[in-house]
Amino acid sequence: MLDFLVQPSDDPGTKPARRKGRPIGKGTMGEECLALSGTDDAALLLSRVAEAGDREAFARLFQYYAPRVKTFMRKLGCEEALADDLAQEAMLAVWRKAAFFDPSKSAASTWIFTIARNLRIDRLRRERRPEVDVDDPALVPDTAPAADDALAQRQSGEKLRQALTGLPPEQAQIVALSFYEDKPHAEIALRLGIPLGTVKSRLRLAMKRIRAVLGDEMS
Amino acid sequence: MSASFHPSDELLVAYGAGSLDEATALLVASHLTLCPRCRSEVARIEAMGGNLLEELPPAPMGGDALADILARLDDAPVTLPPPPRKPARATASRAGSQIPAPLRAYLGGGLENVRWKRLTDGLEHALVVESGRTRARLYRIAPGIPIPEHGHGGAELTLVLQGGFSDHAGHYLVGDVACADDDTIHHPVADTDGHCICLAVTDAPLKLTGLVGRLISRFLNL
Ligand SMILES: [Zn+2]
Repeated sequence: MLDFLVQPSDDPGTKPARRKGRPIGKGTMGEECLALSGTDDAALLLSRVAEAGDREAFARLFQYYAPRVKTFMRKLGCEEALADDLAQEAMLAVWRKAAFFDPSKSAASTWIFTIARNLRIDRLRRERRPEVDVDDPALVPDTAPAADDALAQRQSGEKLRQALTGLPPEQAQIVALSFYEDKPHAEIALRLGIPLGTVKSRLRLAMKRIRAVLGDEMS
Repeated sequence: MSASFHPSDELLVAYGAGSLDEATALLVASHLTLCPRCRSEVARIEAMGGNLLEELPPAPMGGDALADILARLDDAPVTLPPPPRKPARATASRAGSQIPAPLRAYLGGGLENVRWKRLTDGLEHALVVESGRTRARLYRIAPGIPIPEHGHGGAELTLVLQGGFSDHAGHYLVGDVACADDDTIHHPVADTDGHCICLAVTDAPLKLTGLVGRLISRFLNL
């Protein structure tokens, strides 16, 4: 029953690209030899999981994301076995909550990141995660709602990727450490042996640059 | 209305990355409820997180991870989103309903549930949550009352929930976040036209200065 796992990756022509956007499986390492054809698309796979309980689609997502969620957990200080467990658990949450994923609001990778992040807070820190409730009567609504469709979402995702790639190395490092260290910026500064002010200013410059590339003017 | 004073980039990034302690995350989530600008900022920060996740080198999964998880799917209850609710904005004038939901979750409802403790004339407080060295407290300050002077042993963030106050940096209204760095001494004074209610987060005991400050220190057990 698992023969879809060995679908040859050298045969992308059998499936037409269904949507524009970055295909899943195009990692920097070129290591995806199993399960992911070049035209797979994580958002589409998620919608198949949500609508049809599609196990094959889920398996493809798992093959791609579970090893990355595991690396994420390892970077945050998890032991090997715990990182395996948390990656499994995160992907199980992806299966259970797939119906909550909204491709017009975020990329699949973003949604899976937030699941992994919240799981870590719950399991490793044993803390609650205060979050905005979109149905909150106290919510002050957006004045200019962002373009609310999957295509616009993808385009801004591609811009963001370019913005991140274009960051100077010292800014990219601080951005990455902000995500991979469960630590305040003060400790990142300590570890890198640079002043806290430098960490903060690099992060601010990075955010400023990203906003500029995305064409947002924020006051 | 929209906020004019926002949490710093570092705070928003730490919230999006998930590295903020619970008390500070509560303050940020409450601000986000009141501030569309920072909500979109955090959405972008989360997208950065998604991007970084994709770029991570994959770690080989132990055992037969895929077979294991496929075997678990049948027992995994699928969660469906609730049917879309009608926006409840009509009830927004109800007492307490302007308190952001993340904070209401800690109070078990609105401000009517808060058990205020008196600190001095015109100043009351209530602990909301403590995480490590960081505490989130509510303060209720009578009109025109100066909030006692204090230097800071650590950063202090103050989110206005009702009324307003002023310090050397500006005039803070509902939704605004005042941020005092380590060596700031500020002299906040509540507006004169009503009670000011704030959520304040400190990450180290306050070093209160002056006679009133020392009295309060004793009350607070700092
Ligand atoms: Zn804001």
